[in-house]
Amino acid sequence: MSQTQTIANPFAQMQVGRPTGPLVQGYEVIIGFETHTQLTTQSKIFSRASTSFGAEPNTNASAVDFALPGALPVMNKGAVQRAIEFGLAVGAHIAESSVFARKNYFYPDLPKGYQISQFEIPVVQGGSVEFFLDGEKKAVRLVRAHLEEDAGKSLHEDFVGMSGIDLNRAGTPLLEIVTEPDMRSSAEAVAYAKELHKIVTWIGICDGNMQEGSFRCDANVSVRKPGAPLGTRREIKNLNSFRFMQQAIDFEVRWQIEQIEDGKAIEQATVLFDPDTGETRAMRTKEDAADYRYFPDPDLPPLVIGRDWVEKTRSEMSELPRVMAARFVADYGLPEYDAGQLTQGKATAAYFEAVADASKQPKLASNWVMGELSKRLNAEEKSIESSTVDAAQLASLIMRIADGTISNNAAKQVFDALWTGEGQDVDAVIEAKGLKQMNDSGELEKIIDDVLAANAKNVEEVKAGNAKAMNALVGQAMKATKGKANPAQVNELLKKKLG
Amino acid sequence: MALTPQEIARVANLARLELRPDETERVLTQLNGFFTLVDQMDAVNTDGVEPLAHPAAVLGDVALRLRDDIASEPNQREASQVSAPAVERGLFLVPRVIE
Amino acid sequence: MSANLHDLGVAQLAAKLAAKEISSVEVTQHFLSRIKAQDALGAFLATDNDVSLAQAKAADARIAAGERTPLLGVPLAHKDVFVTRDFPTTAGSKMLENYRSPFDATVVGRLAASGMVTLGKLNCDEFAMGSGNENSAYKPVQNPWDVTRIPGGSSGGSAAAIAAGLAPAATGTDTGGSIRQPASLTGITGIKPTYGRCSRYGMVAYASSLDQAGPMARSALDCALLLSAMAGPDLDRDSTSLDLPVTDYAAGLTTNASSAIPLKGLRIGLPKQFFGAGCAEDVIKAVRAALAEFEKLGATLVDVDLPLTELSIPVYYVIAPAEASSNLSRFDGVRYGHRAANYSGLTDMYKKSRSEGFGDEVTRRIMIGTYVLSHGYYDAYYLKAQKIRRLIAEDFQKAFTQCDIIAGPVSPTVAWKIGENSSDPVANYLADIYTLSSSLAGLPGMSVPAGLGAHGMPVGLQLIGNYFKEAQLLGTAHQFQLATDWHQRKPQGI
Repeated sequence: MSQTQTIANPFAQMQVGRPTGPLVQGYEVIIGFETHTQLTTQSKIFSRASTSFGAEPNTNASAVDFALPGALPVMNKGAVQRAIEFGLAVGAHIAESSVFARKNYFYPDLPKGYQISQFEIPVVQGGSVEFFLDGEKKAVRLVRAHLEEDAGKSLHEDFVGMSGIDLNRAGTPLLEIVTEPDMRSSAEAVAYAKELHKIVTWIGICDGNMQEGSFRCDANVSVRKPGAPLGTRREIKNLNSFRFMQQAIDFEVRWQIEQIEDGKAIEQATVLFDPDTGETRAMRTKEDAADYRYFPDPDLPPLVIGRDWVEKTRSEMSELPRVMAARFVADYGLPEYDAGQLTQGKATAAYFEAVADASKQPKLASNWVMGELSKRLNAEEKSIESSTVDAAQLASLIMRIADGTISNNAAKQVFDALWTGEGQDVDAVIEAKGLKQMNDSGELEKIIDDVLAANAKNVEEVKAGNAKAMNALVGQAMKATKGKANPAQVNELLKKKLG
Repeated sequence: MALTPQEIARVANLARLELRPDETERVLTQLNGFFTLVDQMDAVNTDGVEPLAHPAAVLGDVALRLRDDIASEPNQREASQVSAPAVERGLFLVPRVIE
Repeated sequence: MSANLHDLGVAQLAAKLAAKEISSVEVTQHFLSRIKAQDALGAFLATDNDVSLAQAKAADARIAAGERTPLLGVPLAHKDVFVTRDFPTTAGSKMLENYRSPFDATVVGRLAASGMVTLGKLNCDEFAMGSGNENSAYKPVQNPWDVTRIPGGSSGGSAAAIAAGLAPAATGTDTGGSIRQPASLTGITGIKPTYGRCSRYGMVAYASSLDQAGPMARSALDCALLLSAMAGPDLDRDSTSLDLPVTDYAAGLTTNASSAIPLKGLRIGLPKQFFGAGCAEDVIKAVRAALAEFEKLGATLVDVDLPLTELSIPVYYVIAPAEASSNLSRFDGVRYGHRAANYSGLTDMYKKSRSEGFGDEVTRRIMIGTYVLSHGYYDAYYLKAQKIRRLIAEDFQKAFTQCDIIAGPVSPTVAWKIGENSSDPVANYLADIYTLSSSLAGLPGMSVPAGLGAHGMPVGLQLIGNYFKEAQLLGTAHQFQLATDWHQRKPQGI
């Protein structure tokens, strides 16, 4: 193992031929991501201690996590399983053999004095994350995703001049996902992070809880004049909210450009974002951070993953969001935007499919799920699973719109009744509220005759070729029918009578 | 090759060891003596030889054993902190960690 | 009768216990009083009569209940690198003074389950780094054959205790010869099994890819009984533990004894590199005499070549310190172990605690290991050493096409005077030449008492077997011990 990290895709070389992004003050922004995702295993990566969050300090730690003399690591199959699932989800290569190495440095939250990680040969190699940004399709290439152990926590509060060390988090399995520096704007970076978050939560390898640190992003940011060699990058650590992510990157970009414009050189550094000031500041650099003395961990033979395991996993994995979105476009004829929105979460997608299949009206189903339904859910902060209007109800409502029984406005009233629980059965509600559209032409003709009689002036204008006047007559007719008439039918009859 | 006192200082710092001046001198001499021994390795041609990280690998490929994902360790904080130099409310106390 | 209980081996004591001629409590009492009387030897770091006698009582109860297992009620002591619940564990270091482990090492637990009684914890070189037991932070160990001489190391306390009759058996650990060399220098029998045969769980780690536990006792038979109980897969705790069944090593030993040439057909390979100028005349003489005995028993001697034997010294002293520098990083004064009284800030606490807690040799090896792993040197040293390590292991496989067992000296000299080499660490490293190569290859190796050399000091014969061939090694040594009495020789006054 060489100390100079040799990975599949060298940093700079991979940028050849990449499109230039939106320029900021004449500078191109270049962003790469490293994301630490905590895996949803029951036990830790190398011990049988629980990974549950929020326990009393040091109660979820075993001899291995305390690094007691004589303790040895034993690998958790569940962590490997999740790494394979992620690799398949992003179309990456799953290494037949990968190696755990020791990354040596001293820190109180690192009990062994080294972190067990993967260095030269990671378990997941390559792959890409695809998403839409302002209707444009983007693909961010991944360098690698490797398994490693999380560190403990240092608590600084209520200890004068001291820190308290809690090792409950120590040994929690992490999959560190590293991208190429493929992102060209803070917006693209956030869109990538959101898509990655969607993938890992969708396949269930990470709970995605950013407050609890289950999904932690570091952004490597640099700027350059288009075509110039890559600039020196600074790493913004622990971006644990999408909002701060964009703010932090925007500030960092402005700061770097100012430095360069002032003729100062950017020095490689690790910085933290302060949400209060909205600024990034350089961390006090860890001593000798440069010399981790990596070497293969003699306690752990190579991680070997057979093809059969990979194929079994592939066959058992549920449809991925981007695959499902493509299917929605192909099978339901939905616009890509709709498909993207409907596949934000598994439950929403499932709800939509149920409505679309039952009603045979995919576009209407999409409009209602993304429109009225999500509006109500958001207003009451409900999840779609706990929606008071179920897919079957919404489907029959949509069918009544489709077959012309009710108008869109009437449908909203029906939906409201279903939502509030005033009614359960769509047809019953339509009946009770008398929302049925008037389709009896005889009755409608009488009404229209009355309208024509009462609005001689408009009639004249229509005959004189004034389209506005026609609308007025339609409006009058609809009013007279209390909105139950089918506007198309009214139009048709009026045209006939006014010849 | 011969080590310099600067290298000894760098390595000692990496290893979080503090050597008294006289120790630095002694360690420097001993390490230099040792590395003349180590430099015999240069004489061996190892082109195309795979490093042997695990003895059993001589007989064939060794594979990491995987355990099922079951959390079975009880809370063992008390027994594990019996020999701890400084503990408060279940936390190990250290001089303040500054970032 | 109980006056010479300490002359009996494990098998003989077990027989007397099973026959209810003596009780485990009596035997334990006897050894505890001898340990107390021989305290000056420096073999023990910790004893606790209450704990030991309670275990003895429990064993007696099991015997009374009719249980008949081979080791039930027999006492032994553990090298202080095995963590134990009932005794402190220091690994011979000030760093771990008064450390109490919340769990027992797998090996300790298995021997306890087999009914063995723990007499205490045995002195050793600090973190098992040394070959003279002069690196113990607490006290040196004297060689019972000549108290002005070292007992060998790092399992020096184990070897001295058995040679002095303070325990019928002991556990040891062998990273580069730490079972075989002290066994050789004190005239006892010890075996380092194939790497991974005994669980490393609960052994304070020195060099993870080399560390291996093994038994030390008077005879191959006793070692076989102990190894059968110690060894075996520990799949839940040690990822490098071999997933291979362990046979009853003692069972096969008595067969062939009737035959005049029990070792007929056995090919013993002699590497010329093991009999070179570096080896003292008296040692060569004793080893040759022992080999002649093997020929009488039907074995044939063949020459084999292990060309990289000398290189095993630099290779070992790059790999072992590299792993050690990382393994010993956990001793930072945060969760356990020594923390300096005065320091300013975190980094200073680390440096002062570690510098105060570690002795010279440990400091030296951490420095070497950190250096060879550090940026720019990794390929030239660590990686190069791991490559030569493979060549060394392959040379053994070539040799084993020409022979069944490889034999030679364990140590180039008999035990040297305390203080003689300690000023020159490199000289100490050179003395490990015959044990390092098989350690690097992970092969099983034994030391069998083969005679007496200069100053009437014991000389051991090393037997190296191919992977997993512990039974063959023990069987071969057993036949030798049926035909000779070197393993029964005792120091004056024991």
